[in-house]
Amino acid sequence: MSHHSHEPQITVLPPNKEKIKQLWRVAGILAAVTAVEFVIAFTLAHGVLKTALFVGLTIVKAAYIVGEFMHLRHEVKVLIWSILIPLIFVVWMLVAFLWEGFTLPRI
Amino acid sequence: MSHAPATTAPGKSIWDGGISPMNVSYGKLMMWFFLLSDAFTFSGLLITYGLVRTSNHAYAGLPKDFHFAVDTWPIPEKVFEAVPFLHGVELPLVFVGIMTFILIMSSVTMVLAVEAGHRMDRIAVQKWMLWTIVGGAAFLSCQAWEWTHFIVGTDTPTVAKAFVNGEWVSHNVFGANLVENQYGPPAFADFFFFITGFHGFHVFSGVLLNFLIYYRTVTGMYDRRGSYEMVEKVGLYWHFVDLVWVFVFTFFYLV
Repeated sequence: MSHHSHEPQITVLPPNKEKIKQLWRVAGILAAVTAVEFVIAFTLAHGVLKTALFVGLTIVKAAYIVGEFMHLRHEVKVLIWSILIPLIFVVWMLVAFLWEGFTLPRI
Repeated sequence: MSHAPATTAPGKSIWDGGISPMNVSYGKLMMWFFLLSDAFTFSGLLITYGLVRTSNHAYAGLPKDFHFAVDTWPIPEKVFEAVPFLHGVELPLVFVGIMTFILIMSSVTMVLAVEAGHRMDRIAVQKWMLWTIVGGAAFLSCQAWEWTHFIVGTDTPTVAKAFVNGEWVSHNVFGANLVENQYGPPAFADFFFFITGFHGFHVFSGVLLNFLIYYRTVTGMYDRRGSYEMVEKVGLYWHFVDLVWVFVFTFFYLV
């Protein structure tokens, strides 16, 4: 069995219970926020308030996915800002395009 | 992955070389920047949807009085109300809710695979990668059904009028294609196909990548390499696909 000498020595660590619990907690939050969005979709009338609530809850979900699942919250600051600051362009595009959209019918 | 802590000799900046200022490997950093560029692409699609939607005539009445018309932008809960095996039953947004749940769950199983990879636990990585692949395949199957239903349409058509050879002619529109659809203006179906299609293509690529990772885990490649970091990199991609769906769900189906 000399060929086994090249097999790597693997040390398997026990599950990190604390971390796994935290991940399931985040999953629970995501499911709960989605459930709240469903309730809002069928109880509130269409309008600014409804849209604002949807946008707010979506940002909450996005923050949990990017921060915890993608682990960005635990990275070094310079990496966090390298990802977040360029998103200003998305905000800019959003404001510019929606402004155009609301203006077009009045032309 | 363990890296040297970002400390430097006096007079030296962390950017002078020799250490990773961002404290992640090259591959992970590039995955982050790829995802950032992909986020711009999806933003372009979703924001343009916002532009066209806000510039179209919006329905102002109560949802229960709404009827499809080719010149009125539809309310999504009237379009997406079908569930497999329950023909004719109005269940607004239920099926898309199930799809959202499937994708969130597959994101959880992915992050559990990453956690197992940190511990070099091959058996657990295999298990959670397999569940993630199952989740992705389930989502794609749901999407195939939803597209079919969207294209075929409901039992009752929408009447559209067209000016042909000097006179107005009415014709029935069933379902949707890129030129006309029974739900609303042509742009509505166009955006549906492009946005959910582009996202679905990302899910499809993600399932292929996940399978590759699963295969390489099973054959012991990452054990030999001494690191399961590839699981993390593909995990980042998979979570991004889930993240995009969160936005598509809100801005295409809810608002």
